[in-house]
Amino acid sequence: MTAAVLALAASGLSLVFGVMRVVNVAHGAFYMLGAVLAWAVASFVPGPPALAFIAALILAPLLVGALAAATDGLVLKRLNYDPEATIVATIGLLYMIEQAILSLYGPNANPVQAPFEWRIQLPWFGYSGYKLFVILAACAVLLALWTFLTRTKAGLVMRATQVDSTTARAFGINTDRVYMGTFALGAGLAALAGVLIVPIQQAHYLMGGDPLLLSFIVVIIGGLGSLRGTLIAALVIGLSDGVISMFFTPTLAKILATLLVAMVLVFRPQGLFGARA
Amino acid sequence: MTGAGLKIWTLHLALIAVLFSAQYWLSPYHATNLARIMVLAVFAMGYNLAFGYTGLLSLGHALLLAAGMYAAGLPAQLWGWSAGPAMIAGIAGGGLIAAVLGLLALRTAGVSFMIVTLMFAQAGYLTLLYFAPVTGGDDGFAVAATSRTLLGFDLSTDAPRFLAALTIFAVGLGVSLALVRSPFGRTMVAIRENEERSRMLGYNPFTVKLAALTISGLYAGAAGAAYAILFGYVGASFATIQYSILPMLYVLMGGAGTTLGPFLGALVMFVLIEAATGITTAHQFIVGAALVALILFAPKGILGTVRERWLRWLP
Repeated sequence: MTAAVLALAASGLSLVFGVMRVVNVAHGAFYMLGAVLAWAVASFVPGPPALAFIAALILAPLLVGALAAATDGLVLKRLNYDPEATIVATIGLLYMIEQAILSLYGPNANPVQAPFEWRIQLPWFGYSGYKLFVILAACAVLLALWTFLTRTKAGLVMRATQVDSTTARAFGINTDRVYMGTFALGAGLAALAGVLIVPIQQAHYLMGGDPLLLSFIVVIIGGLGSLRGTLIAALVIGLSDGVISMFFTPTLAKILATLLVAMVLVFRPQGLFGARA
Repeated sequence: MTGAGLKIWTLHLALIAVLFSAQYWLSPYHATNLARIMVLAVFAMGYNLAFGYTGLLSLGHALLLAAGMYAAGLPAQLWGWSAGPAMIAGIAGGGLIAAVLGLLALRTAGVSFMIVTLMFAQAGYLTLLYFAPVTGGDDGFAVAATSRTLLGFDLSTDAPRFLAALTIFAVGLGVSLALVRSPFGRTMVAIRENEERSRMLGYNPFTVKLAALTISGLYAGAAGAAYAILFGYVGASFATIQYSILPMLYVLMGGAGTTLGPFLGALVMFVLIEAATGITTAHQFIVGAALVALILFAPKGILGTVRERWLRWLP
């Protein structure tokens, strides 16, 4: 369950870093925006919860993606995608989004009703049907993403830009549009993860912090920019999260996790699964 | 001393003289704020030595600030140390943690360096929370009045506090100016501009960067310790990511790689937020917008631009 949503959020971060070499610190904020937008849509769209939820699933990633595309055009592009400058800029963006949501939405956490409620009753334990749906949905999206990257023309163009943007431009690829699309897609994936999680966790303006950290961990362990590594790492970390928290307190688990990531970056910068730096 | 040197030292001494006189013409409220700005400026000056002069963009300086704060505050709390030894312990604590951080993090560069420093700082913050019974966690603890006296002066009262802050600021500014005008300071800039070439000229970039980061840590430690002693509060909230971003913002605003930039940046941001408080409570938004605007339109900051356009001799 955690692994599925984590993989979705982390794949967005990984994609953006892989193609654009931009570390998006505002990724957690996009995730949070997705969740808050889901709440907004659910509150304003009348009708059954399922209908509102479907509307949120479509609208939230689109809106967040549009915001990301605007950010790319207005800010990141003008910085020439300089890695250090973009980190500073996305930190600024993170502050602005968080404050805007705090001012407009308030400091409270608000629940969103799940689109359907039934439990799978197994003899030894019950399992929420919605959680199962989240896992399936996340897998479907990731599979679609994988197909998109490896089987379509747009995916090919994206990968070409990742490998060598100068040559790609020489072959008539509009790399500016590729970057904009990638950033929007990455943000959209984070927002989608936010929408999916919100019926389980409530929407709150600071909810982006933990997923951001976990996404970082996943992307770094999996090897920066390697999507396959990211997926494997998300699975491993999502599953081990539960195991670790059985042995340690949450704070200690987080300390160990952050130190581990830092050490991986220091001693094995290509990640545990990545082939190259 | 050459003409330019004389001009530079005169300018810096004039600033300190103006700040000294400020306690007589500012209201106590504003004087206290100015003392706070000076302490934060010391922190930013340390950050500037690492980022502005050596090109080390760290996102983990909150760790060093907190190291100084707790190295000064904990002995004061637990064993009743007085202000002098606590201050020295704070400076040493900041430097020590910076050296350890550097030994590990300086194996990486660029974006990895930023993430590694961020992660270590986050781990440090969480560690402070984990040991909340001793550190007070996010709530922190108040430093006892007995630990806030130096040579018979009560540093919790306005005038001694202002003078203490000014002294620390003046020493920090003087050391920083002397440092960047020394051969070592020029080596730092050389490594920022072209690490490969400095290596070829026979400098060891790792040692220089480690030294720069450690000095930066001494500054951060001094600022943390000064904050604990002068304002009587120690808390884990000073180890959060916000306090890694703030010195970066100050330095970017005032001008990276200028000796007076950190103070100017701290002053401008403080005034900006103070002025905006009347209109809105959205401090964070201002900080975020300032970051984006600076990196977009004025990456050199105020003094960096002034130096480029008019005053070439500005250090």
